[in-house]
Amino acid sequence: MARHLTLTVNGKAHAIEVDDPDMPLLYALRDDLGLSNPRFGCGLGQCGACTVHIDGRPVRSCLTPVSAIGDGKITTLAGLGTPQQPHPIQKAWLEEQVSQCAYCINGWIMTAAALLAEKPHPTDEEIKDALSTLICRCGTHGAAIRAVKRAAQAV
Amino acid sequence: MTGKLSRRAFISSTGAFVVALATADWADAATSDAATTPPLQPDRLDSYVAIEKDGTITAYYGKIDGGQGLDTSIAQMVAEELDVSLERVHVVMGDTGRTVNMGGASAATGVSRAGMNLRKMAAEARRLMVDMAAAALGVPAERLIVSDGVIHDTAGASKRVSYADLIGGRRFDTPVTWNGQLGLGLAVTGQAAIKDPKDFKVIGRSPPRRDLPAKVFGTLEMAPDVRLPGMLHARMIRPKVAGAVPVKVDEESIKDIPGAKAVWIKDLLAVVAEKEWNAVRAARKLEVTWSDSKPGFPGHDKLHEHIRKAPVVKRHIQLENGNFDEGVKQAARIVEGEYEFPTQSHSSTGPACAVADVRDGECTLYTSTQKPHYAAEGVAELLGLPREKVRAIWMYGTGSYGRNDQGDATADAAVLSQHLGRPVRVQYMRHEGIAWDPKGTASVNRSKAGLDAAGRVVAYENISKAFSRLDVGTNEGRAADVLAGHLLGFPLKPSQSFEIPVASYTFDHKRLGWETIPPLMDRASPMRTTHLRDPYGPPILFGSESFMDELAAATDTDPVEFRLRYLTHPRDREAVRIAAEHYGWDRRPSPRNDQRDADMAVGRGIAYRRHFTTFIALVAEVRVHRKTGVIEPVRYVCAHDVGLIVNPDTLRHVIDRQLVYGTSRAMLEELRFDANMVTSVDWQTYPVLYADFPLPRIDIVLVDRPEEAPSGAAEMALGLVPAAIGNAVFDATGVRLRRVPFTPERVKAALEKA
Repeated sequence: MARHLTLTVNGKAHAIEVDDPDMPLLYALRDDLGLSNPRFGCGLGQCGACTVHIDGRPVRSCLTPVSAIGDGKITTLAGLGTPQQPHPIQKAWLEEQVSQCAYCINGWIMTAAALLAEKPHPTDEEIKDALSTLICRCGTHGAAIRAVKRAAQAV
Repeated sequence: MTGKLSRRAFISSTGAFVVALATADWADAATSDAATTPPLQPDRLDSYVAIEKDGTITAYYGKIDGGQGLDTSIAQMVAEELDVSLERVHVVMGDTGRTVNMGGASAATGVSRAGMNLRKMAAEARRLMVDMAAAALGVPAERLIVSDGVIHDTAGASKRVSYADLIGGRRFDTPVTWNGQLGLGLAVTGQAAIKDPKDFKVIGRSPPRRDLPAKVFGTLEMAPDVRLPGMLHARMIRPKVAGAVPVKVDEESIKDIPGAKAVWIKDLLAVVAEKEWNAVRAARKLEVTWSDSKPGFPGHDKLHEHIRKAPVVKRHIQLENGNFDEGVKQAARIVEGEYEFPTQSHSSTGPACAVADVRDGECTLYTSTQKPHYAAEGVAELLGLPREKVRAIWMYGTGSYGRNDQGDATADAAVLSQHLGRPVRVQYMRHEGIAWDPKGTASVNRSKAGLDAAGRVVAYENISKAFSRLDVGTNEGRAADVLAGHLLGFPLKPSQSFEIPVASYTFDHKRLGWETIPPLMDRASPMRTTHLRDPYGPPILFGSESFMDELAAATDTDPVEFRLRYLTHPRDREAVRIAAEHYGWDRRPSPRNDQRDADMAVGRGIAYRRHFTTFIALVAEVRVHRKTGVIEPVRYVCAHDVGLIVNPDTLRHVIDRQLVYGTSRAMLEELRFDANMVTSVDWQTYPVLYADFPLPRIDIVLVDRPEEAPSGAAEMALGLVPAAIGNAVFDATGVRLRRVPFTPERVKAALEKA
């Protein structure tokens, strides 16, 4: 039976109809809402390409059932900042010119943004630890760590 | 064709990023009236560059960007020759409906070949417009200068005319000299000379990458984001045992999933649904009876034993000077070394995804394959359509780094769309992106050298024995190159190829060659082999550059000095010298003998290569933890000579990132498989580098040679990582690593054996 749910994404409420309450949030965001930024990488919670914030915490949307979101406020990469008002991590990402293909970028930026919200001045180990479950096949790991440090200094 | 307007401009609050036309313009490419339409004839200037009505420039680039920032570099080259600001240049990439086939991404030739062609075409366009302006203004062409697209009379400031006024929105209708080749070999020239490097204003600078803002702000639409009206979502169904084909499909098993339907065409099996999640669910639930298949794969542990014993399909001596067999007989001493490289997967960050729309005898593909022009040819053959009825629109996507699974997904989508009469989006799942992509080949690399009584190398041989790197073609230009072609019964077209190390080491007798062995399975094999980033660099150089180190040690010579003794090309020698000098290399033979009892041993190693006309040396410093077998790369110094540098920052980033990727391949990556099937199916079973890996400090020393033609950079440095690390481990411990990846267990075992 189809079920009606409301998702609040980047400050906007969206009513959706789902066939399966276990459907991961990623499919609601991409398929029902037509968002492009959270990406499918593994569907196993092993890579982070699908990361969004729920109430400020980084969540792997490929594993999170859409019915478990409740009133949680979802923020995607596109809702984190804008060219006019970039999040410090986004600004640092551009200054360091971190990315190559950037398919993985949701995981890195959303995870790093949550880290800085919790710990504005993380140690190197804390940065590495926070980013240690993200995949990037272009090899931007070192540049990403530099960008997080840069953003932490700017905060 | 429909779609959201996806071309966007960004202005950052810092002002650093002025304008970025960053998104793949798949929608407006097909709908905009303002854009010019190139004739797609390789011998016409209009096929490469257009002046739009608004004075912007469109460059038609018949390749793609895999993440290295070519949009910016190509725009720099075009802007330089046209004397316009960078912001005016818009680069159309890899759309077969708007660009001539320049070979797609291949061999890091984005700048060196296609970029240089566009630079020459931009220079030709400028020459023609200056001539037009001379006629229009009634002044000699020599008196005219161009400033951001406006042509001025130097003798009278009031006399001026813009590019847009002269020809905006219209074609030049001018022939250019074309060498008759399409693809990588395409070369075009006009009558205009390209600029002297001393006059460069845009080339050689580092404007920030124009594609990055849209990526960072989450607004870039990639191929997986294409949504067409009536589009179905598909998932492919793959067997649990390689080679098995469906014999019975139970449609009842998915009847409870709304809209789900199985599609079974010959041996190709998929499920489709209106909603993506329902396609995923149906793929999991569909009950299939498979044919009996007994692949009898040797398994990854026994793979190199298999390679050694396997019959040789083709032996090819690619380079021989002197006579190795005779030379080696005269030697006073023989040194031999053997090195093993594993099977590796592209394992792209995003498993492949493509959308195809086949209707009314035409096909449109939305794909991030590296080779859209060839993919369109392959799909035409698969669908039985004339080539001109298939258009591939390339879009940004996951970095593919060689012939990954994108071509397979593109073909699957086309076959399904033709069968169903609706647009179809195929998204591979994680296991397909690792277990089913075409693989980088495993190899055994053997070296042998003869030294005379004085310790001089007189004879040298290097032979790789490996699976062909072209078991399936890299181009996707034939049905036989993609899984769908295999499953639909198209005749297979494997070819035999490997490679040799390229270097100017000069020995009296030198023989370099390779031997290929039969594939583990002919048709629809998850072990089929093709190009993985730097297709033969890491396997061959791990052997050849480790062996050079063995020879240096055998003759008690410093590894840098040894290389300089035999390298003859000045740019080779310079790369080695610069890397050593920047690192602070202490000249002495390896190994160090002062750390025998230390739990942690430190060492440095060097490796060198030439790839086309890119000359690279890499020094690695490592810490080896004897008790655990953990190798910690501490520092890399990479001397990199690519000739002319178009964008130094972009170049540095490309080298930095690929050295990290190369570290992943050297330290961690090995495809696992058993007798029946690949068992690496996710990031736990195919371990790769994560951010908690001990990353080295990376120093990159760029050698700028503006007078030399630009070469490539996107894969040249990574191939040195395994040998540089292996040589550093030898320096630290006296133990030679002969098998990639350097996992702690393997390193520990090697240390204990010594």
